Amino acid sequence: MLNRLCSRKELEVLQKGLVSRMQSDKPRIAVCNGTACHPYGCVKISEAFKTELAKQGLENKVDLKITGCHGLCERGPIAVIRPGDIFYQQLKMEDVPEIISKTIASGNIIDRLLYADPATGKKLVHQREIPFYRKQQRLILGSNCEIDPTSAEDYIAIGGYTALAKALFEMTPEQVIDEVKRSGLRGRGGGGFPTGIKWESCRNAPGDIKYVIVNADEGDPGAYANEGLLTGNPHSILEGLIIGAYAIGAREGYIYVRNEYPLALTNVMTAIGQGQQLGVLGNNILGSGFDFDVRITRGGGAFVCGESTALMASLEGKVGEPRAKYVHTVEKGLWDRPSDLNNVETWANVPLILNKGADWYQARGSEGNKGTKIFSLTGKVNNTGLVEVPMGMTLREIIYDIGGGIKGGKKFKAVQTGGPSGGCLPESLLDLPVDFDELTKAGSMMGSGGMIVMDEHNCMVDVANYFLTFLEEESCGKCVPCREGIKRMQQILNDITEGKGEEKDIDLLKQISATLKDSSLCALGTSAPNPVLSTIRYFRDEYEVHIKEKRCPAGVCKALIHYYVIEEKCPGCGLCVKACPEGAITSMGKKNPVVLDESKCIKCGACYDVCRLGAIGIE
Amino acid sequence: MNEKVIAVINKYNGDKSQLISILQDIQAEYYYLPKEALVQTSEAMDIPLSKVYSLATFFRAFSLKPRGKHLINVCLGTACHIRGVARVLDKIERSLDIGRGETTKDHKFTLETVNCMGCCAVGPAVKIDGEYFGQMTTDKIDPVLANFE
Amino acid sequence: MITLNIDGRELKAEKGQTILQVASENGIDIPTLCYHEALEPYGACRLCVVEISKGRRSRIVASCLYPVEEGLEVKTSSPRVLDNRKMILELLLARCCKNKVIQGLAAQMGIEQPSFKPEYLEDNDCILCGLCVRACEQIVGVSAISLVNRGITKEVAPPFFGSATACIGCGSCYYVCPTGAIKMEDKGDTRIIHNWRVEFKLKKCNVCGNYWAPEKQLDYIRDKLHLPEKFFDICPDCK
Repeated sequence: MLNRLCSRKELEVLQKGLVSRMQSDKPRIAVCNGTACHPYGCVKISEAFKTELAKQGLENKVDLKITGCHGLCERGPIAVIRPGDIFYQQLKMEDVPEIISKTIASGNIIDRLLYADPATGKKLVHQREIPFYRKQQRLILGSNCEIDPTSAEDYIAIGGYTALAKALFEMTPEQVIDEVKRSGLRGRGGGGFPTGIKWESCRNAPGDIKYVIVNADEGDPGAYANEGLLTGNPHSILEGLIIGAYAIGAREGYIYVRNEYPLALTNVMTAIGQGQQLGVLGNNILGSGFDFDVRITRGGGAFVCGESTALMASLEGKVGEPRAKYVHTVEKGLWDRPSDLNNVETWANVPLILNKGADWYQARGSEGNKGTKIFSLTGKVNNTGLVEVPMGMTLREIIYDIGGGIKGGKKFKAVQTGGPSGGCLPESLLDLPVDFDELTKAGSMMGSGGMIVMDEHNCMVDVANYFLTFLEEESCGKCVPCREGIKRMQQILNDITEGKGEEKDIDLLKQISATLKDSSLCALGTSAPNPVLSTIRYFRDEYEVHIKEKRCPAGVCKALIHYYVIEEKCPGCGLCVKACPEGAITSMGKKNPVVLDESKCIKCGACYDVCRLGAIGIE
Repeated sequence: MNEKVIAVINKYNGDKSQLISILQDIQAEYYYLPKEALVQTSEAMDIPLSKVYSLATFFRAFSLKPRGKHLINVCLGTACHIRGVARVLDKIERSLDIGRGETTKDHKFTLETVNCMGCCAVGPAVKIDGEYFGQMTTDKIDPVLANFE
Repeated sequence: MITLNIDGRELKAEKGQTILQVASENGIDIPTLCYHEALEPYGACRLCVVEISKGRRSRIVASCLYPVEEGLEVKTSSPRVLDNRKMILELLLARCCKNKVIQGLAAQMGIEQPSFKPEYLEDNDCILCGLCVRACEQIVGVSAISLVNRGITKEVAPPFFGSATACIGCGSCYYVCPTGAIKMEDKGDTRIIHNWRVEFKLKKCNVCGNYWAPEKQLDYIRDKLHLPEKFFDICPDCK
């Protein structure tokens, strides 16, 4: 149970006490429990640490912190040990007792658990030395490593709610808006609209009742940056939201969290409960006279509800069908009242801006694109995970310097940004600075931060087909261009992947795209052509090979490929024979390569997956 | 059934705007949305049945058919797609002889797909009953499924 | 009073009116499918799109929903608008390849054959304009039917695809449907609306003996307006 803070002074006193507690010499183990680490068994490992510490009588002498996502998801499970800031990765259960007896008890470093620089083989001890982290600017995500997301006290200890106190007691709502305007913060959900201006419009809209909303419906498949923040530092979003509510004049807020993020939901709910106990939510916040409270709602599994009007419809208990935005939601939004909706990451930037000031924030990023952006860097890259970089860093730096380059030494082919609303960019654009404007000019967009790297074994026609299939499923179905247009585009694309493409297909795709872009009811429809148009723009030859030669150079499109045995590599072990569900592979005795009967092959890939010698080829 | 449904509705004070949350809580009770529960909700909250049905069929999170004992969720997010999850899904469909959205005849497994679970780093990702499995390939499927009673 | 320009004509409008309303008042024809005066505009068919500009930039908007602004310039048949309209009708024709209404509209735009492969053409009559659902909700007030599922599987249906138990048989859906997708017939003393799997006994007039309206519909009206029990025993023609 937390004590209610009735004044700014009480917050400051509490903070002072907690800071000194956190800065004690007590050894600390921070174990990453981000969602991506769960498949690695991080929960069991955390339990093992707890049990082992108790066993050795150390539970009061060592701080065990279960944190949110540390970012380097490729190398989970991760634990960072203090003192020494030692970064251990790819942990197993067996490592736990050793970490406690060697590193905690005697300060000895366990070499095999350290990250090895792939270029030099050198073992790196500290997180800051690791190439993945070196070039990042983890202004927002950095806190994830320091706190237990279920502890409000941890958040306060790192300066939490200081910005809120500053806003409530030193600034007028207009001054808060001015500061956010000056910072140059733009919406991190994809639209990139200047946040300060949005807040100002909402504040100035007629009406006494206004709302602030957190869009946590991160629907872009392959993007989980918001998830990392919600699960790892929910209070930072709350604080930003309360500040925004004060600036706009809203008394009620909503946090709309995707249904597919159970951990995020739990942690946000906990944080709200704590906020209410502390008195940073509810009536007379910190004794300022300002009232504000927030409610959390789950999504129902609809990508379209990431669109602001569909989200608001869903909050009203209706189906997530968007409406025309000829009258903006800042004037008529939820319940037809002025509503300010911002993305999770946008809200998380607000306390930072107020604490450090707009000038400080302005110094980071590129012209017209200030601050940092969090990306989910995934796909065929060595270091997959959550990265935070200053706006304007190039794709090359992100993918190679931070991402560690292409997995398995393969060749880079394309990078997809902006999710289903974005586009695929080729090798020739690797030196493109990553910001809202540059990405849009190149035919893609920022989106909510998905960055998916592809190599020579990915087919761009297949990727376009994938996105259209996704959008077809997620379209609300209300308007003709989107519902019918995406369906027809998907049929054409699918035919191309099956060798049934025709000469006129590319032009027809472009024609349908033009209508979708012009006439669709909402942004799902108007941006749906982007993956298709960008792949046609940069990978047209691949389309033409599929259409004219009925061939898939990347070896992906099932109807156009065949599996075969690379005889020189096959020792005849027979693993593939067992794996094949159709009996298409026959053993020819030990030491002899197996024989694959193409007429029986259903191209399921079982043989390819089970063979560790690379003796099955696809072309 | 009456009491459980009414209890959920009361939890939200019969607030019509909370219909989606109400249906989610009802589904949590029964593992799917039984027809009777939807009819009762419509009557108790004075919302036309057609609207309740419209909502229940719009959102993917809702299932109007009874689900099996174990729920398999295969991630079809972009990162997982790039890493070949389509083959993994094919394999599950073949092994269990069901398609997406279907339940095995013995009611043991229901197969559904999700558009991104946030485990992109360990894709292809599959979740069974809340337990996450990462870096799945076709050969790992049968052993994993065998672990579920 | 607002002044705007539609197709080169300076027109006066009231604040709060839509482009479509002003065009309609001034005899400028913009095609629509999902629009009906008696219902809230929906913006689903997109057939009514027009090109607007204020200054240099122009964009395409749905005229049934766009509120008029001072100095707005509207083009209802620019090449860009016609391209959009044509593709929208192509898409509708591909969905409803045998529907006479859609065929007619498509032919007007010069479309004889859809641009899509024959094996993918569909034989629907419903274009999901939502007029039936909205009429049933906004005018009749019973919401017997709704739009079910989403995306390409979206359709108008009674709950659980069973019989629409809340339906009163008034036929508003049938009258308002632009493509004739709703099949309703009065056979003797029975009205059947096939789409919603409902049947109604028709009321017989005490004077002329004609069957003139479903009893359930009349009961509904009597109940709503607190009319006496025998109020509809004589049909309007005989009254």
